[in-house]
Amino acid sequence: MIPLLFAAFAAVLVASSLLVILHRNPVTSALFLVLAFCSLAALYLLLGAEFVGMVQVIVYAGAIMVLFLFVIMYLNLGHDVEGGVQTTLRRGLGWVVGAVLVAEGAMLLARGMALGPETPQSPPPPGGNTGAIGLLLYSRYLFPFEITSLVLLVAMVGAIVITRGRTTPAGPARAAAPRAAAPRAAPPATPAAGPPGTEPAGAPAEEVHA
Amino acid sequence: MIPLSWLLLLSAVVFAIGVVGVLVRRNALVIFMSVELMLNAANLAFVAFARHLNSLDGQIVVFFVMTVAAAEVAVGLAIIVNLFRLRETVFVDEVNLLKG
Repeated sequence: MIPLLFAAFAAVLVASSLLVILHRNPVTSALFLVLAFCSLAALYLLLGAEFVGMVQVIVYAGAIMVLFLFVIMYLNLGHDVEGGVQTTLRRGLGWVVGAVLVAEGAMLLARGMALGPETPQSPPPPGGNTGAIGLLLYSRYLFPFEITSLVLLVAMVGAIVITRGRTTPAGPARAAAPRAAAPRAAPPATPAAGPPGTEPAGAPAEEVHA
Repeated sequence: MIPLSWLLLLSAVVFAIGVVGVLVRRNALVIFMSVELMLNAANLAFVAFARHLNSLDGQIVVFFVMTVAAAEVAVGLAIIVNLFRLRETVFVDEVNLLKG
């Protein structure tokens, strides 16, 4: 039963990965990537790694792919335009490199390299796979785990800074201009009309600065 | 039980598909998805060896790889959005500012 399930999910994984790189519409590529991640999660479950499988679905298929789809729709991309001799040449070279890589891996495996003797399986821990990982994560891997939070924080700050990009130099100046202009415009207006008069006086000043 | 060599072969195939995607496609977003495929192929190898060696350390490494991948996607997509604002394209052939 398990080898059959493995074969089925492996076939889905390879087919959807191929469609990711072959389909010309980026949205379809992203959706096939979700399918690939889900079948990979099923493979993790078959291997007894329940925690990793669930995290795969939640983080990859849930969070990362939503980010991808959001950016694709934000940029409003159509189909890719492909063609030309150079593109064809490069495509051929790419497939040759891929075939060489797979052949290399298969040859190493056929010679029995990289495979040591299999360690006998111990009975499952009392808290299950997730409990065992949690214990390990908060004892031996506590420091890397804390560093991970730093990595995420830096990535978040970096993403925001990069995305704001060129608007940053102009942004504060434009935002500060009405605030600087309002006190200058306010004193002539306050003796005449009081608070209602400040608003019309502030609005033209904003237009001039913009 | 699934033999380790099947899993490693599957991992090699998915990794090679990712490499081909990076080499063949011009769309920066699809190139990025291919990089994700390669990361996942490495994760599959980690989990396979964790089962083979009857040790949980491989699964912990997968957890850290996923964290780094999430950070990488956030920063990379921000760069792509910025690139699109600057050049109105996400095709890597048309980004040739360094070409002289």
